[in-house]
Amino acid sequence: MALSAFFLMFFLLQHLSINILSVLSPETFNEVSHFMGTNPIVQFALQPVLIFAVVFHFVMGFVLELRNSRARNVSYAKNNGAANSTWMSRNMIWTGLTILAFIGLHFIDFWFPEINTKFIQGDWSGTMQGVDGFRYHEELVHKFAHPARVIAYVVSFIFLGLHLAHGFTSAFQSMGGTAGRKKTLQTIGKAYSIIIPAGFIFIAIYHHFNH
Amino acid sequence: MNLTLKIWRQKDSKTKGQMVDYKVTEISEHMSFLEMMDVLNEQLVNSGEEPVAFDHDCREGICGMCSMYINGEAHGPDRGVTTCQLHMRMFKDGDTITIEPWRAAAFPVIKDLVVNRSAFDRIQHAGGYISVNTSGNTQDANSIPISKHAADTAMDAATCIGCGACVATCKNSSAMLFVGAKVSQYALLPQGQVEAADRVRNMVAQMDLEGFGNCTNTGACEVECPKGISLDNIARMNRELMKASI
Amino acid sequence: MALDSKVPKGPIKDKWTDYKNHINLVNPANKRHIDVIVVGTGLAGGSASATLAELGYNVKAFAYQDSPRRAHSIAAQGGINAAKNYQGDGDSTYRLFYDTVKGGDYRSREANVYRLAEVSANIIDQCVAQGVPFARDYGGLLDNRSFGGVLVSRTFYAKGQTGQQLLLGAYSAMNRQIARGKIEMFNRHEMLDVVIVDGKARGIIARNLVTGEIERHSAHAVVIASGGYGNVYFLSTNAMGSNVTAGWKIHKKGAYFANPCYTQIHPTCIPRSGDYQSKLTLMSESLRNDGRIWVPNNLEDVKAIKEGTKKPTDLTEDQRDYFLERRYPAFGNLVPRDVASRAAKERCDAGYGVNATGEAVYLDFAASFERYGKEQAKIHNIENPSAAKIKELGQEIVKAKYGNLFQMYEKIIDQNPYETPMMIYPAVHYTMGGVWVDYNLMTTIPGCYAIGEANFSDHGANRLGASALMQGLADGYFVLPYTIGDYLADDIRTGKIATDTPEFDAAEKDVTERIEFFINNKGTHSVDYYHKKLGKIMWDKCGMSRSAEGLNEAIEEISALRKDFWQNVNVPGTATEYNEQLAKAGRVADFLELGELFAKDALEREESAGGHFREEHQTEDGEAKRLKEFQFVSAWEYKGEPKDAILHKEPLEYENIEVKERSYK
Repeated sequence: MALSAFFLMFFLLQHLSINILSVLSPETFNEVSHFMGTNPIVQFALQPVLIFAVVFHFVMGFVLELRNSRARNVSYAKNNGAANSTWMSRNMIWTGLTILAFIGLHFIDFWFPEINTKFIQGDWSGTMQGVDGFRYHEELVHKFAHPARVIAYVVSFIFLGLHLAHGFTSAFQSMGGTAGRKKTLQTIGKAYSIIIPAGFIFIAIYHHFNH
Repeated sequence: MNLTLKIWRQKDSKTKGQMVDYKVTEISEHMSFLEMMDVLNEQLVNSGEEPVAFDHDCREGICGMCSMYINGEAHGPDRGVTTCQLHMRMFKDGDTITIEPWRAAAFPVIKDLVVNRSAFDRIQHAGGYISVNTSGNTQDANSIPISKHAADTAMDAATCIGCGACVATCKNSSAMLFVGAKVSQYALLPQGQVEAADRVRNMVAQMDLEGFGNCTNTGACEVECPKGISLDNIARMNRELMKASI
Repeated sequence: MALDSKVPKGPIKDKWTDYKNHINLVNPANKRHIDVIVVGTGLAGGSASATLAELGYNVKAFAYQDSPRRAHSIAAQGGINAAKNYQGDGDSTYRLFYDTVKGGDYRSREANVYRLAEVSANIIDQCVAQGVPFARDYGGLLDNRSFGGVLVSRTFYAKGQTGQQLLLGAYSAMNRQIARGKIEMFNRHEMLDVVIVDGKARGIIARNLVTGEIERHSAHAVVIASGGYGNVYFLSTNAMGSNVTAGWKIHKKGAYFANPCYTQIHPTCIPRSGDYQSKLTLMSESLRNDGRIWVPNNLEDVKAIKEGTKKPTDLTEDQRDYFLERRYPAFGNLVPRDVASRAAKERCDAGYGVNATGEAVYLDFAASFERYGKEQAKIHNIENPSAAKIKELGQEIVKAKYGNLFQMYEKIIDQNPYETPMMIYPAVHYTMGGVWVDYNLMTTIPGCYAIGEANFSDHGANRLGASALMQGLADGYFVLPYTIGDYLADDIRTGKIATDTPEFDAAEKDVTERIEFFINNKGTHSVDYYHKKLGKIMWDKCGMSRSAEGLNEAIEEISALRKDFWQNVNVPGTATEYNEQLAKAGRVADFLELGELFAKDALEREESAGGHFREEHQTEDGEAKRLKEFQFVSAWEYKGEPKDAILHKEPLEYENIEVKERSYK
């Protein structure tokens, strides 16, 4: 769990850094996107690892949840979980499922069309008709035209934030994060779980109002 | 004060149980929670009913016998106490108090509020010791200096009373805090390091075998632990386990 | 039968070594064919089980709790004594021996105590090797504190949880042997009788407390390590389940019971708050290292405090009576437990008790806060520190030493002991009396041993602080494993002991009949009703001070109460289930017999010694008056009713120590 989480957290950071370029400099964004989309190492080494990490993370999540719920065969008549733990820590499965649903949407929006273009139609040029230069920025902006999608994205990112709010420190704890650095880790975790989703939300909203 | 108690009654491990309501009156706020239960039981015995079975022994918070899930929390609403140290001043006149046994597949109910925690013993059999003979022919106690910090941290871990509140309160019924505390105590001392790798592997394997859940770091155990055993012990155990696996 | 203590000849410092060199041993291959039953898994029983199993014997260990780790040794707080002389303050085996014999008011067996002092240092080595996290100083070496009744620092400790850590050490040693299959552990089992075959202890009848099943267990020897009988008082610092049953059953089958009247009343317990109280909580005696005990000097202040118009902190120094410092200038607040307890009782009886029940004195840390605070200010180079700063610094030091005790106090009493003095009052804590044993720790039943608090051997009429843990582990780790071999050497050809014999049949029948009686009696009063009544008689008439008149009354009253119990006790439920009331009924039945023997023993002992204080025998200034003609152990032989018990005397001789008046002035 924790290992795939680390990879995914690193991926999120990388994803956000590239996407934020779409706001700062569409040209750079296009170039980096094209590089990521066509570089063989990224495409044939990192991408499968990523997919594996995602699948592994949610499959393990389900297995964990199932095993853990089996460890208590009779539930409490009264349980006051709020007294000793955060909502986020107790509901990772629900925030996780929301994110999974979002990944479905996200794949339909970006990933399937990409795969279709590159692998089925064999178009690796990164261009499209009616657009000067690369197509990536145009596609991105276009996706955020519809308010329903923007709302769906924003909600999902909030859930991602909740997931990360527990997941970040939890992953370090599972990997044996030391007591001395606990405070620092908690602070970084808090910042990370706010900045990442906030960044994505900002991008979605920015493009919605600026297309 | 007068109280309504909702208590889990279950005749034995094979019979199905249910919550039953009782009333107690004239409870003093200076009573301990178990003394309140004594009042209820005296009342039940005198009216020809069977008293509520519950585990208790030292009644000073160190033996780890008492084990009640009170109003949705292990050992009740107070912090840093076992059920026997919980005082009725934590409650108000007219309150309804829900009392349940520890709930975990690895802790089956024996009767009413009494559960079987022998799974904890079996985890200790798997490696909760240092393999040294009790002959007394060991080297002088002061021959290996141990830094005060290490000794104190080991002591903090060793404070665990094995009551099982961590398992009871964990949404996953995980025993990681209990096992982590023992692994940590020995890992922090030079005497324990010789067989550290085997110890952590064996104890964790036994823990899984007993049917405890996995840790998802909710931190509930640390909050509810009557002895304040730190979550750091789980992290240390994870580290020890990784070290042992590499 | 004349008592033979079997103390070996020779100079005291060579006795144990010579003895070990000459006793019979069982060879390792034969140990595999020998079974030993150990009843109780506290420090004595746990360490004995582990060591016997390690030597190769097949051990069956029994505990009424759900795990060996819960035995009441776990509640010992302060520490464990050992003559290590790490502090270089002149400690030695002889000095520990001397202090223990003197502390016990010259009523213990010299040779046993010397052996205890001799092996004490080994205990610390052993425990450290097992991973017991004793407190250490900044150099990484073991730290010591001092305790009542001694002039050196020889007490090793693990915060305020020394008993817990030592017990978990013994438990871990047991776990190692359980994993190897050398100890078979019977949790939630209670021994209800011992089985004697051809005059030797050959097994026990036990009840499975979960299913109610009656079981037969055979062995070549039976070791009783079931602790003390303080719960005869109902209210004590013992665990709720602590009982005398194992010891009493062997007494009824031929083991003599020694000095039942020697009871330790511990001075630093949390006072009682009401009639519903189920037990008393002890706070470590180590608190007396830094706390000063006092009551107000005049009764008006007492009244004002009780009414709430004055607070204890309002009283100036000259309005306070630091009665221990006043009466015992040499030892002050660190006088032995019996002396401190009686002094507190004397003040409270005179009307100076400071709480609503009139049974409490103050234990004040204000002076320590100041002393430590000033020291810390110097260490941290704080110039002209304010009084508040000094107090704060001092409180940190006290918190590091006793933080858990202060927290415990606050949880129970709901007062902050950092701001207002603690209230304390003596409570029954430990019983020095117990099953009579010889130098081998064997009772008067061949093959039946008693170790730890269950026996009478080492503490005389009063136990010094931090010596109970020492004795439990000494017996279990280092003494019994040797001495039992001497007996078992004759048993290598015996083979397995059968349980389908008339002796087992008869013992099981007695046990079953008694249980059936309880279940079918359907009386009018609960078990606790009788236990509380017995406790009140004991506390009022056999408590901190005793008189012939009160003891005679106690004997009559207990006898009558016992009769009533056997007619009117009400035990709900059935015999074939988890039934705590049933288990308790059996224990209280035994307490009702022991209580009477206790009073009889106290009556016959026409002197004051240690925990036994007879009002008729005191000096002019109220100190205990020991009498030379009572320099013996009273060992009682069972003959039916407690009043018919026969007294056997084991004379006590002191060759290596001069018997003096025990003065702490």
